[in-house]
Amino acid sequence: MPANHPLPDELALFEQMLRVRAYEETIVAGSAAGKVPGTCTSVGQEAAGVGVVSALRAEDLILTNHRSAAHLLARGADPGRLLAEVMGRRDGYCKGKSGSLHISVKALGVILTSTIVGGELSLATGVALSQKMLGRPGIVACFFGDGAACEGIFHESLNLAAVWQLPVLYVCENNQWQAFVHRRETMHRDHVSERAASYGMEGATVDGNDVLAVQRAALEAAERVRAGGRPFLLETYTYRSRGHFEPDDQAYVDAAERAAWLARDPIDLARRRLIESGRLSAAAADALERRVRDHLAAALAYAEASPYPDAAEMLTDVYA
Amino acid sequence: MPTLTPFDAVGAALAEEMRRDPTVLVFGEGVATKRQDLLAEFGAARVRNTPLAEGIIAGTAAGAAATGLRPVIDLLFAPFLTYAMDALVNSAGKLRFVSGGQFSFPLVTLAMTGGGWGVGAQHNHNLEAWFVHSPGLKVAMPSTAADFKGLLKTAIRDENPVLFFMDIGLLYQPGEVPAGEHLVPFGQARIARGGNDVSLVSYGKTVHHCLTAAETLAQEGIDAEVIDLRSLKPLDEAAILASVEKTGRLVVVHEAAARAGLGAEIAALAGEKAFARLRAPVVRLGGPDAPAAASYPLEQAFAPSAEAIAAAARRLCT
Repeated sequence: MPANHPLPDELALFEQMLRVRAYEETIVAGSAAGKVPGTCTSVGQEAAGVGVVSALRAEDLILTNHRSAAHLLARGADPGRLLAEVMGRRDGYCKGKSGSLHISVKALGVILTSTIVGGELSLATGVALSQKMLGRPGIVACFFGDGAACEGIFHESLNLAAVWQLPVLYVCENNQWQAFVHRRETMHRDHVSERAASYGMEGATVDGNDVLAVQRAALEAAERVRAGGRPFLLETYTYRSRGHFEPDDQAYVDAAERAAWLARDPIDLARRRLIESGRLSAAAADALERRVRDHLAAALAYAEASPYPDAAEMLTDVYA
Repeated sequence: MPTLTPFDAVGAALAEEMRRDPTVLVFGEGVATKRQDLLAEFGAARVRNTPLAEGIIAGTAAGAAATGLRPVIDLLFAPFLTYAMDALVNSAGKLRFVSGGQFSFPLVTLAMTGGGWGVGAQHNHNLEAWFVHSPGLKVAMPSTAADFKGLLKTAIRDENPVLFFMDIGLLYQPGEVPAGEHLVPFGQARIARGGNDVSLVSYGKTVHHCLTAAETLAQEGIDAEVIDLRSLKPLDEAAILASVEKTGRLVVVHEAAARAGLGAEIAALAGEKAFARLRAPVVRLGGPDAPAAASYPLEQAFAPSAEAIAAAARRLCT
């Protein structure tokens, strides 16, 4: 299991975000070159994912969705095996049977990834019920988007978790986009967290592009879940900088809105803060970025060298 | 041997399995209200009422099954499964494969099905073929009180998600049920009546219609064999083929709509693997491509009657 304690500090969080960005950019470039299938990237949402995962303990379990790179990488997943999975290769975490959309790594506690929007919400209550009834210590962090918050299962899940007092940290990554539709067209209000009150649940919204703020908010929210054995709804307010699925020209995106969010890019913010506080020189930041990119280049080479699964794998793992 | 209704046979199976395995729990719509004896013995943590919210009931079961519990859920009526399809089909049925075998989903979904209560189309719709068509799932549908118990105990011990359909028309008809350990394996059909002239293959309540038809046919000198499938996936192909190879004539009977139903699968099986032994065309008897009516005579006319089964068999044999 990954050691999330001691708590990753600002520099470690910066490096994790760089790794997520480099991973996604590797896929974007590979996709453009026809070498890697397109994916739903988490570019722009690195702080939201990395910040929350950094606040979890090794025994906590994570349920995520199709936009999962930050959760998986922050949890310690190997980029080479992730890329192998995206490319449908034998050495992928799911033997190449998942592709990018529903990668689970049980050994790292990232389980039951569903790409059906809201699927993760439907499963999280059961995982938390197991934790509670089997007396296991970890809480359950369930990552979903504002799109899933518009599914009926959002209500069913939060309602049951509240009624049964289940240890679920609901994390809504409100990235403003629901596939090809802006959430203004589908939500009457801007924030998902305010719905918590209707379940007698605590909720909070945090600036999802500020990784330290996210970590602080997630630590506090996770502590409430841990101590009280009750669910909590945390909203990380952020932005999906790239399209829904690669390739996507984003012709439907309002340029001014995108520019405003790009000016608050989470990695730029973290880098600026590290340099301004004197923790990192610009040269050291550049060197770190290069090191991360080199690591990803090696990961891609590993994935490309991994063979495709045997045809017989089509029929394995169907029934237990 | 004790006599129980299938409803109580289900209760006996649940109680025995919950005693045997502390990870077995049951929740659903009114479970704790209807099964007071289970609630008293096992407590409120393992016998739970839920909101009338099939999506989250099934999702919770899938999540719990993948992480160490063995849930049995009660969704009341089969059409309510439409709200549970994502959790059962996309999650429980697929995430084992999709994850490369990292998870298994030992969960049982109970649903009442078929006509008998005059509840109309949104409470009466036989959906078993949908789940046979979905990978990763198993499907059982008993016809006797003993099998309600024996198949359910098997379902609870299975490592895969099982849809357990309970024919409403049978649920309160008492029958003999073995006390104690009684397990009926999946994929082993029951020869409900031996015969040499025609094979009547069925499951659920229409097995009894087939048996009645066989009595009628016997008086006419036609010796019908009645096969009760018990589980629809896995399907006991060997038993079906052995019977067809013996009789050369096949009538498949179920209450669910005939179109793209189990009967089509079984007819195709006979056509692919026993064609040379068939002495007559395969006949499928099933419900029409229409919603079930609430009105009693229309509801009853939906399922193939013993008379219709006997008439079909007679045509094949003469």
